[in-house]
Amino acid sequence: MTHEFRTSAGGRIDRSSPVEFTFDGKSYQGFAGDTLASALLANGVHLVGRSYKYHRPRGIVTAGSEEPNALVGIAREKGQNTPNLRAPQVEIYQGLNAESQNRFPSLSFDIGAVNDLLSPLFVAGFYYKTFMWPRSFWQRVYEPFIRSAAGLGKAPTDPDKDRYANYYAHCDVLVIGSGPAGLAAANAAAQSGARVILCDEQAELGGSLLHDATSMIDGKSAADWASETIKALSENDRVTLLPRTTGFGYYAQNFVALAERVTDHLANPDQSLPRERLWQVRAKEVVIATGAIERPLVFPENDRPGVMMAEAGRIYLNRYGAMAGKRVVIATACDTAYRTAVDLKAAGVDVAVIADLRPEPVGVHVDAARSAGIRVEGACVVTGTKGRLRVKSARLGRIRPDGSVTVMGEEACDSLLMSGGWTPNVSLYSQSRGKVVWDEEAGAYLPGPSVQHERSAGSCHGVYGLHAVLEDGYRAGESAARAVSSAAKRPETPSVSGGEAGAGGTLGALPHDRDPSRVRAFIDFQNDVTAKDVKLAVREGFHSIEHIKRYTTTGMATDQGRLSNMNALSVASKSLEKPIPQVGLTTFRQPYTPVTFGTFATTARGEAFDPVRRTPMHDWAVEKGAEFEDVSLWKRAWYFPRPGESMHEAVARECATVRESVGIFDASTLGKIEVVGPDAAEFLNRVYTNPFLKLGVGRLRYGIMLSEAGFIMDDGVVGRIAEDRFHVTTTTGGAPRVLAHLEDYLQTEWPDLNVWLTSTTEQWAVIAVQGPRARDVIAPLVEGIDLSTESMPHMSVREGRICGVPTRLFRMSFTGEAGYEINVPASRGREVWDAVWKNVEAAGGAPYGTETMHVLRAEKGYIIVGQETDGTVVPNDVGMDWAVGKKKADFIGIRSLTRPDIVAAGRKQLVGVLTKDPKVILEEGAQITAEASPALKTPALGHVTSSYYSSALGRSMALAMIADGRDRIGDTIYVPTAEGVVVVEIVSPVFYDAEGGKLVA
Amino acid sequence: MLLISCPYCGVERPEIEFRHAGEAHIARPAEPSKLTDEEWAEYLYMRTNPKGLMAERWRHTHGCGRFFNAIRDTVSDKFVTVYKMGEAKPDLDQLLVEAAQ
Ligand SMILES: [Zn+2]
Repeated sequence: MTHEFRTSAGGRIDRSSPVEFTFDGKSYQGFAGDTLASALLANGVHLVGRSYKYHRPRGIVTAGSEEPNALVGIAREKGQNTPNLRAPQVEIYQGLNAESQNRFPSLSFDIGAVNDLLSPLFVAGFYYKTFMWPRSFWQRVYEPFIRSAAGLGKAPTDPDKDRYANYYAHCDVLVIGSGPAGLAAANAAAQSGARVILCDEQAELGGSLLHDATSMIDGKSAADWASETIKALSENDRVTLLPRTTGFGYYAQNFVALAERVTDHLANPDQSLPRERLWQVRAKEVVIATGAIERPLVFPENDRPGVMMAEAGRIYLNRYGAMAGKRVVIATACDTAYRTAVDLKAAGVDVAVIADLRPEPVGVHVDAARSAGIRVEGACVVTGTKGRLRVKSARLGRIRPDGSVTVMGEEACDSLLMSGGWTPNVSLYSQSRGKVVWDEEAGAYLPGPSVQHERSAGSCHGVYGLHAVLEDGYRAGESAARAVSSAAKRPETPSVSGGEAGAGGTLGALPHDRDPSRVRAFIDFQNDVTAKDVKLAVREGFHSIEHIKRYTTTGMATDQGRLSNMNALSVASKSLEKPIPQVGLTTFRQPYTPVTFGTFATTARGEAFDPVRRTPMHDWAVEKGAEFEDVSLWKRAWYFPRPGESMHEAVARECATVRESVGIFDASTLGKIEVVGPDAAEFLNRVYTNPFLKLGVGRLRYGIMLSEAGFIMDDGVVGRIAEDRFHVTTTTGGAPRVLAHLEDYLQTEWPDLNVWLTSTTEQWAVIAVQGPRARDVIAPLVEGIDLSTESMPHMSVREGRICGVPTRLFRMSFTGEAGYEINVPASRGREVWDAVWKNVEAAGGAPYGTETMHVLRAEKGYIIVGQETDGTVVPNDVGMDWAVGKKKADFIGIRSLTRPDIVAAGRKQLVGVLTKDPKVILEEGAQITAEASPALKTPALGHVTSSYYSSALGRSMALAMIADGRDRIGDTIYVPTAEGVVVVEIVSPVFYDAEGGKLVA
Repeated sequence: MLLISCPYCGVERPEIEFRHAGEAHIARPAEPSKLTDEEWAEYLYMRTNPKGLMAERWRHTHGCGRFFNAIRDTVSDKFVTVYKMGEAKPDLDQLLVEAAQ
């Protein structure tokens, strides 16, 4: 029974190219040019899905991206499954494999349909009412239930194997939509010399012209006129035509995002092509020509498969040669459905009746239907449908002058086509932040004043009728071009026959004679929202349309309510007894239709997601088998395990090596800023808590930087290279933040200071050599610097050469041992490292990583900004009042250090803690309490900030921030853990060489 | 994505080149130590947060690196004008009148 519902000729399909595809595992045949929806209809398949909440059988309703029911998953290879595609937008190709969604085990027998029988439980707000309590049920019961039962498509689990591209474009005029208005606008703008981009979400440009079988433009069929116009545009090299491209986001300053589907319609796409392309367009002017969307009629059982929009029936017939049915009932309140009736009749379909709500339908469209011999009933309403998986008959009623309905009888049919009139598609205008205005005469919201450089053309702003729409399109294209260039001109509007505007339309639920408690008339098909749900929401006190939307979920489907909003609004307005404009309209937001994550991510995934920063010595560490850790964007060597060593063993060995002989450490990731100028010392004196004016040339100083609120923001060692030149170091992750902070003060508060700041982080490689043998190791390599302690004491800097390479040699320590940090140009870092390493190795030394560095500094009680501090810590809290210049009149943050809460007792202070059991290593972040088993809600005294095993101490140790900690030294306190309470003693935070004798040796 | 004009470079550039840097025209007190706690708290934390035109600082971080001031409408996101550091704050009422014309 293949192609049983195919017309004998016509349409834009290629009947000589059959295409085999499967739907739910069953094979079907279509033709090249078919969509999945048109091919299924041609095969007599209407049932394509189950509804979201009640699992009711559902059929294809529309022929566009607003389709609420026909959502399918398309599977290609592993990693190429796409859920929730709308069947009218899916082009078939040889071997297409489509699956329906939201049904188990099959479409015709779905266990979830029991929900339909239980429907009284699923009224408006049922999530809120049903799944309220107990709270613990959410994770274990409700969420898994909702996830399995309320399945739209399943998210793919394999990595997406496709490639996505990103494209920035600029143009004079962007036209969105290529129906008659869009084509005319693009034509006018192009003829004016403008650079034009014309995009359309459909596979073929032309919009409604492609299914208009009766109108003539300039003596040609509408479709031929469209083809010729498109051909002319395609030959203009200032015009870019983008079919299969959705303008999905209208942002500020005419920034419009387009999603182009490049390969989804191809059976064997060229591997060099991306699957989708994100176009980020900056348009000087925009023409929105997105058309209007036909409204469903809200009558009982209007969701049965076979019930479809009237214009969709016409599109499938004329564009794809697919008939919605063989005997069709047309239900309408609007003239345009008569065109569908006439076209169907001409194709040999039996049109049983046109049931028109209006008492006395008149006009050219009505006349055409009558003269084609079609039965027209006025004051006639559909009051129900029958049929299990497809409509079998429509129940008709007569509307009496008092509004009541009497039974007229049943009309057998295999399809029911409906039209409630047209809703201008104002989504993109709304996204551009324009405010829609209610137009009483049009019975619709229309675009109000432009907020950005845009204008609407055609039926998306309420202009109907082919001639008027074309004229409006030329006007819009010309006005857009004129805004860009004075050379704008307007082509003559062609002569048009046919395509007259249709009158009529209705909003809201239709009258019927049925028991209201027993029937359901759907407003939002995808979310299963009925007219009753909206009324119930109003009764329950939801009076704003934004609240009604969220409570009932109406208009929250993938079409954002383009089908349902006006009917929902009308029902709400009647229930509230307020006119529609007082009830309002919900806001349309980006994206217009769903966009794949791949399109948003484009190339920013995998290794390209974030840059990776590596030091000049990185490869050496890799060769040595180092484990790495990420510190901001940097890869840092964490520790260097020898074969068979655990991390714990490796770190213990590295620590012992540094303490006993010498270790070599890559410190290149430290942030570095060169501060130069006559006022450099004055500037640093203002940004650090420490005094800097008197720091001698050749000396180093540890400095703390505060925010103006008094909290520690960064620390580092600063060297004075010359009177007017300082070498500033920052924490590894802090360099950009610190530089921005310094630039801010320099540029905006103290522009009178003559100082220049330069980021030099990547200009210097830094080799730390630490331990009792550090000097012995580097001495043979150093030229021009006297390394003796008398000549180069702790905390000094000298310039000279090492291995023939110019160096700034720092004598400093972050380990508690004597040592050096060798700064050399990054390009020479590796060769100097290799030479130093040779000597370190010969001396029995070892490389060490960041973990050992952390342990060694913690043994000395040195803080790490961001570990001991958290943005609420002042210098005194971490025992560093000594670093605050007492005689300084000003520095950033000075005033905050005397704020009442900063000088008050009870602040957390840095201390050491030792567990009673020396083998227990506390967890960093663990809370500390005064009692072993505190009552619930007892505030913690503080928390553990750093915790390690110390090989120097032969036991565990930790640093902690504890309220009034320095006064509590010697106290016993507690750390409650999952395994039980740990008893600890508060001690000084300096565990190793408290006198500092080793540093100055 | 917004386009922002840098008054130093004299060109319009995409938003990603810039960083917002808080409200403008809040000068650091010359002698912070002379301020009362209340005055210091006012300087540190109190901001106007208007609905409508606001003077704010921006930095052309990935361009010339300069800080500058801008008048931006916090409702529409629109940049009404930009000006160099040290230049006087424009009359916002006047700008509103001009914008309406
Ligand atoms: Zn700039």
